Amino acid sequence: MIAIVDYGVGNLASLDAALRRAGAGDVVITRSHVDILAAKAVVLPGVGRFGHCASELRRLGLDVMVRVARERGIPLLGLCVGMQLFFDESEEDPGTPGLGLCRGRVRRLHGDVRVPHTGWNQVRIVRTHPWLAGVPDEAYFYFVHSYAAQPADEGAIVATVDHGGAVVAAVGSDRVLGLQFHPEKSGAMGTSVLRSFVRATAA
Amino acid sequence: MSETMLSKRVIPCLDVEDGRVVKGTRFVEVRDAGDPIALASRYDREGADELVFLDITASVERRRTVVDLARRVAETLSIPFCVGGGIGSVDLAAAILRAGADKVAVNTAAVRRPALLAEIAARAGSQAAVLAIDARRREGGGYEVVVEGGRTVTGLDAIEWARRGVAAGAGEILLTSIDRDGTRDGFDLELTARVADAVRVPVIASGGAGNASHFVDLFATTGSDAGLAASIFHSGEVVVADLKLALASRGVRVRPSAEAA
Repeated sequence: MIAIVDYGVGNLASLDAALRRAGAGDVVITRSHVDILAAKAVVLPGVGRFGHCASELRRLGLDVMVRVARERGIPLLGLCVGMQLFFDESEEDPGTPGLGLCRGRVRRLHGDVRVPHTGWNQVRIVRTHPWLAGVPDEAYFYFVHSYAAQPADEGAIVATVDHGGAVVAAVGSDRVLGLQFHPEKSGAMGTSVLRSFVRATAA
Repeated sequence: MSETMLSKRVIPCLDVEDGRVVKGTRFVEVRDAGDPIALASRYDREGADELVFLDITASVERRRTVVDLARRVAETLSIPFCVGGGIGSVDLAAAILRAGADKVAVNTAAVRRPALLAEIAARAGSQAAVLAIDARRREGGGYEVVVEGGRTVTGLDAIEWARRGVAAGAGEILLTSIDRDGTRDGFDLELTARVADAVRVPVIASGGAGNASHFVDLFATTGSDAGLAASIFHSGEVVVADLKLALASRGVRVRPSAEAA
């Protein structure tokens, strides 16, 4: 069973549909602590303000569940602000800490570019990750965000995208991946990423 | 604006009434030309970057049908989509987003009550709040905002309204030239350039697209991020995949449609 963490944020219906298209048989949208710890994999979605996302997650006690899932080695996929929540804090809402799973902070996009960064952009893979295996370099994915992660350890960066300079598109390590883009909205290429994730969790 | 590899978007728009596409299509391979899901899937396969559904249902069933439409589209489609048309409350906007839409476009209701944009942005994030502006050229110069399909003049300056809308929380502008809408004479480039220069959020240009050159001109001369059209796609006169090839050959950065196949 794949658990989509439901803390009242994000396009959960689309995410659920996309995971099923990618071959996931059993998907639950849940805020149950039991479900999350029983899951074979956990997806942490997120849109909107970092502070709102972080405080809602915490209010429901789900921050602890995501951390425990991570410690137990349950595969964890963070999407958009869900990925930003992996970090210590965000410039968007400095008073509200993130989960601290990755050292570093989230900063406003800068440069002479439109914000939010909205649309299809080409992703450059800088380090291999099993769930991105099969994604060709410079494949297009759908982005919509105004802030981006800055990991303290550059070795955590898995992929980048060019929008006012290099912007982090993916971070991760073994059994954890955070994607700034939306694989659930990225056509066939996005589905292929989700399929790799689903397969990895079935193994 | 430079320093980005972001591609320009091509967005077909579907007018939907009571859950059915109006201004039908002539696609022979789409078995049910009035089925928004069948048509949307076709555009997805052809490489459309995003879709806009404009709901024009007038009946009392409207709320149920528009939410149901969003749910059905989200089940099938793997690209982003926006729903607009008569959205007057944050509750209806939230219901459409919960059903699976990525964005909602508000128009008349935002003119009457600009706080609606802030409410949607607070509930779902500004990326989900699209301000749709219908603009008409003024006799003495400039552009004014019209509502109710162009029947009502508001007296608002279109460029100023775009700025205010973004300040209120809009994450994107869907800008329609009422003068060009339906003419196939090309986008209103001056209007689009002025609005795109006035705001930092992405601007989708709409109204007047008749052929691929119009899209090339749009991206070559304005700062807009996306071009939207309806009838030329529905009639099959312009195929999204061919349009993408034409844009690429003219040096416009687009997501190749082969990737969507």
